[in-house]
Amino acid sequence: MHEMSLAINIIDIACKEAHKNGAHKINSIEIKVGQLAGVLNDALSFSFNIAKSDTLAKDAELILNSISGKGHCHECNIIFDTDSFFSLCPKCESHMIEIVQGKDLKIESINVD
Amino acid sequence: MCDTCGCGNPDDHAIIRKPNHSSHSQGHHEHGHNHSHTIDVQTDVLAENNLLAKQNQTYFNERNITALNLVSSPGSGKTTLLEKTIKILKPKMDIAVIEGDQQTMRDAERIDKTGVPVVQVNTGTGCHLDAHMIQHAIQELDLKNQSTLFIENVGNLVCPALFDLGEALKIVIISVTEGEDKPHKYPHMFDASGICIINKIDLLPYVEFDVERCKGYALEVNHHLKFFELSAQTGDGMNTWITWLKQLQKS
Repeated sequence: MHEMSLAINIIDIACKEAHKNGAHKINSIEIKVGQLAGVLNDALSFSFNIAKSDTLAKDAELILNSISGKGHCHECNIIFDTDSFFSLCPKCESHMIEIVQGKDLKIESINVD
Repeated sequence: MCDTCGCGNPDDHAIIRKPNHSSHSQGHHEHGHNHSHTIDVQTDVLAENNLLAKQNQTYFNERNITALNLVSSPGSGKTTLLEKTIKILKPKMDIAVIEGDQQTMRDAERIDKTGVPVVQVNTGTGCHLDAHMIQHAIQELDLKNQSTLFIENVGNLVCPALFDLGEALKIVIISVTEGEDKPHKYPHMFDASGICIINKIDLLPYVEFDVERCKGYALEVNHHLKFFELSAQTGDGMNTWITWLKQLQKS
């Protein structure tokens, strides 16, 4: 379950930022998770709650903002919403698709005291 | 303390060992007003791994080392494929191997018998190799210029997809004893890979595995994929794979 590694990274990055800014407590961590990022939100939240203990983020809430996936069709040059890696182009049914959005996994901001 | 990253915690999750050599424990990084305010962070969750991967990549590029990250479910035949590949290629090119498994030295011991430099990374409970582990493993290997480095990732078709190691390419291996719909079930790995090897083709008469259908599913996920169909056990199809590896090292 790689979500535990990701949760530890999230806590590490947030704690460093908080420390840099002289904060003594992290209230919330807001992250952006693409639908095609390969992350199970429930598993990430579960791991986060374990990883945060004994850190500045021990009482922090994890706010997950989901980002929809988008594919670009090489055949007919349209961009369309998709939540899968193998959806066909809705216009021409080609599978020559490049995922152009939805693999994001980023900490956007933290709220601290 | 490690010169590369300054880590020094002996209780870390990964242990890096050479067959018949003492171990090096890789330390895990623990980098750690009464009014609330929001701080804009905008940092990739995998930023640290990606930075270390970039450093690994620079290390490989400067030495013209081709690093290949082999990923698959457990039991697809990665280690056997490596043994047979090394046997054929060893007289013609310099090869080294990093073996990733949660536990045991077994795979490194198998590769050690082929006579090429090998280190085993035991991830403990970890389900994937990361760029930090590779950085430490490289320090244990005396990699030659113009060589090929095979990194056999932990057998897992999910987690290793997310962790860049600094490799030139991920190579996903599927064996015909698995379901032909694996590319649809585990699309992240097929999306992240540049090459797909279909292994154990000698068993095709005994299993219900449609090679063309599997390739079709994989291409639906990633239309850039290039395929090799082979049997590491019998040697069928190995020539094309070996020729490609030789060309890759020259390019």
